[in-house]
Amino acid sequence: MMSVGAPKGLPSSGQKPITEMIHPLSAVEEPLSPAPEVTVNAGGDKDTGLTNGTPVETSSPASVSSLFNRLQLDDDLDGDASTETRDLFVTVDDPKKHVSTMETYITYRVSTKTTRIEFDLPEYCVRRRYQDFDWLRIKLEDSQPTHLIPPLPEKFVMKGVVDRFSEEFVETRMKALDKFLKRVADHPVLSFNPHFNAFLTAKDLNKRQGLALLTKVGESVKYVAGGYKLRARPAEYASMGDYLDTFSGKLGTMDRIAQRIVKEQSEYLTELREYGTVYSSWAAVEEELQRPLEGVAGSVSTCCRALEDLSENISQDFLPVLREYVLYIESMKNVLRKRDQCQAEYEGRLEAAVLRRQEDRTPIPAEVEKCQDKVECFNADLKADWERWQRNKRQDFKQILTGMADKNISYYEKCQSAWESLITVLQDKQTDDKTRQGPFGRCFKALSSSL
Amino acid sequence: LKIIWGSLPKALRPPLWEPLLYMDAFCFVVCNLLAFVFQMVEKGTSLLKKLEMNVSEAEKRTGKNSVNMQETYTVYLIETRSHITGIYSGSDGSTPVPDMLWRRYSEFELLRTYLLVTYPFIIIPPLPEKRAEFVWHKLSADNLDPDFVERRRVGLENFLLRVASHPLLSNDKIFFLFLTDEKGWRDAVLETGFQDKVDSRLKSLSASFRVKNPDKRFTALKQYSDELNTAISQLLRIRARVADRLYGVYKVHGNYGRVFSEWSAIEKEMGDGLQSAGHHMDTYAASIDDILEEEEHYADQLKEYLFYTEAVRSVCRKHELIQYELEMAAQDLTYKKQQREELATGTVRVFSLKGMTSKLFGQESQEQREQKLMALEQDIKEGEELLKEKNQECHEFVQSAWKDIERFKEQKDRDLREALISYAIMQISMCKKGIQVWSNAKECFSKM
Repeated sequence: MMSVGAPKGLPSSGQKPITEMIHPLSAVEEPLSPAPEVTVNAGGDKDTGLTNGTPVETSSPASVSSLFNRLQLDDDLDGDASTETRDLFVTVDDPKKHVSTMETYITYRVSTKTTRIEFDLPEYCVRRRYQDFDWLRIKLEDSQPTHLIPPLPEKFVMKGVVDRFSEEFVETRMKALDKFLKRVADHPVLSFNPHFNAFLTAKDLNKRQGLALLTKVGESVKYVAGGYKLRARPAEYASMGDYLDTFSGKLGTMDRIAQRIVKEQSEYLTELREYGTVYSSWAAVEEELQRPLEGVAGSVSTCCRALEDLSENISQDFLPVLREYVLYIESMKNVLRKRDQCQAEYEGRLEAAVLRRQEDRTPIPAEVEKCQDKVECFNADLKADWERWQRNKRQDFKQILTGMADKNISYYEKCQSAWESLITVLQDKQTDDKTRQGPFGRCFKALSSSL
Repeated sequence: LKIIWGSLPKALRPPLWEPLLYMDAFCFVVCNLLAFVFQMVEKGTSLLKKLEMNVSEAEKRTGKNSVNMQETYTVYLIETRSHITGIYSGSDGSTPVPDMLWRRYSEFELLRTYLLVTYPFIIIPPLPEKRAEFVWHKLSADNLDPDFVERRRVGLENFLLRVASHPLLSNDKIFFLFLTDEKGWRDAVLETGFQDKVDSRLKSLSASFRVKNPDKRFTALKQYSDELNTAISQLLRIRARVADRLYGVYKVHGNYGRVFSEWSAIEKEMGDGLQSAGHHMDTYAASIDDILEEEEHYADQLKEYLFYTEAVRSVCRKHELIQYELEMAAQDLTYKKQQREELATGTVRVFSLKGMTSKLFGQESQEQREQKLMALEQDIKEGEELLKEKNQECHEFVQSAWKDIERFKEQKDRDLREALISYAIMQISMCKKGIQVWSNAKECFSKM
């Protein structure tokens, strides 16, 4: 196996494809600068280079310690990178809307803190929009075909159906983008990818994107034109494929169930709200019972609010993760396919070379050996990524399911306390009444005392 | 007065009217009232002290009905137990009170109609509903459904207990026979001739007549009763919809149970945790059935007071009728007196055909006049007697009715507050169950 000057010390990082991406150093157009550009977005078009648009704001990058603290809290992602050896922390936050004559879009602040020497500075703060993330993902897929690239949240949203600028949507999307970058940052190979580096550090990503676009087309063509067919997928990878198919189906089912629950809860909430108001209107015609009935109305109202929180959680925290994993599975299937192709190519070439050797004793060309190496590296990368993915999956699902249970418990706790406090009120009134003997008793007492 | 008041046990102290508080005459009335009420309550509670009763069972029977067709119906077992010896039934009071007898719903209806007619100034406790209403989808509307029959059994028992604890109703002989004489009761109740009064009662309920000086308290009471009716109807309707929706939410979670189970089959480390969590989801989904079943009791408590409003309304209408008849009698008397005056003085103040014709065709003879005058005097005398009667009737009705109304108001406030408390307790229990199940599930998830 040929070893290449791979980035820092991981034997499984393997060989890069021949038509590699841009050399890390050659791509740099301008010196990297850490501070975000504080300029007014003059609504210029893409040619003059939209700055990594910040609206008029003088925010300085977060102070070192607070950034560090914030990043440390999100360390629940990857199991194998222990916190002590982690040297790269990335966070996505602070969404901002940009309005120009051409379009309206959202940018997010991407903050980086690192001790790696591949980065010139220990901290960076840049602003990126969704299409920048998309660019990064494509670059990663193309430049690291043997690796599983984490998914991005859905790119296209139906303009009529979903409000792209609603707080909820932006919040959900931002969390997913944050997760994406963290997964890349935690990956022992992907995190050293120069595109990733550029993404995190470049002041102006767009100029580089322009150049990158040209090479992108060529690379993807390469893999399609492979044309070799795999005879038999090895059992190991076949079972991976089966697992992914089944799991994907289960995720789809869970997605439908969760959506159905949200719908049922919403309808329940509508009726419950009306239910509460009926108690209030009844209270209006009563005397003694007014307070108890208002009390019931109040408790019902509290339960309504608690239910809103619960439903919101399902939509905001649970469903996005399910969908993310569906995309992840697609991504993984893609990698499996590429692996298959790689193996097919090797086997094809080998077969051809063997035949030729039989015919005219031509030795097996070095290319074929290179292919074999490629396959072995691919397999190794894939297995390592598979393991990592399985660990992440276990952790993620443990987290969201536990979260779902917690939210339900919290919902019932809120309701329980609302009803318990009502009973206290109702029972206090009871003992009160027993001594008062009702409003008439009170009047009579007054009368009798005056006699 | 203080001494009297203080000597009464707390539970028996009746409410009083605020506006009259500061009238001296009031005190005298109060004394009498207190004595009277004290007696009544004593008398009333005595039946329940002597005779314990419950509706313990329900059974299906088949038989021929009044049009000689086969029908299936349910009978209910009324069990009674006497604490003190010496309670005898039968027309001669010779046979000791039997322990049990069977009655069907229509017999309860008959008893109630009898009570309505015989005590029109009393708010008669209602029967449980004839047909299931305000049902949410899963609940059966079938009269023969065992759950419905069970709830009806409880309702009928409740009815008997309410009557037996009423100061006046509990002493009714027919009521006693209903509880003790299986065969002979029907004849006894028909013998009272209450059926005749049924028609007039129906008339009073449906007739529309204008009372010139309506009693403000009764007007207010009728309005309140209508408002309460509206409020409870609304509440029951929406509660049924809420129950439906809640059912849906719980049941959908059952799907999690299935999918977790299927998913666990393809997982290694996560498998066990998922599988057991799935079981808890199934438990969660199944728990809603019992929860909603229990809530039906709350709905039944509300329904009782919904039906009670009809009884209140009926008392108000009866009062209106009496008031109306009183006014008519007074009006009639006034008219007759005017006629007498005219005849005596010869002046025509009130237009009448007779007056006109006498003007046109000449006066009547002195003899005729005197004859008419005598007849009129007789009429007036009778009219005055009638007015006195009606006045008395009205006065007594108002007194008795208002006493019962105050009793009812207190009972209603007490009962409904209890109902709300028990509803809150049900909700708390539901929450606790929810917390339990989700905590169990959470533990399973944490072991994934």
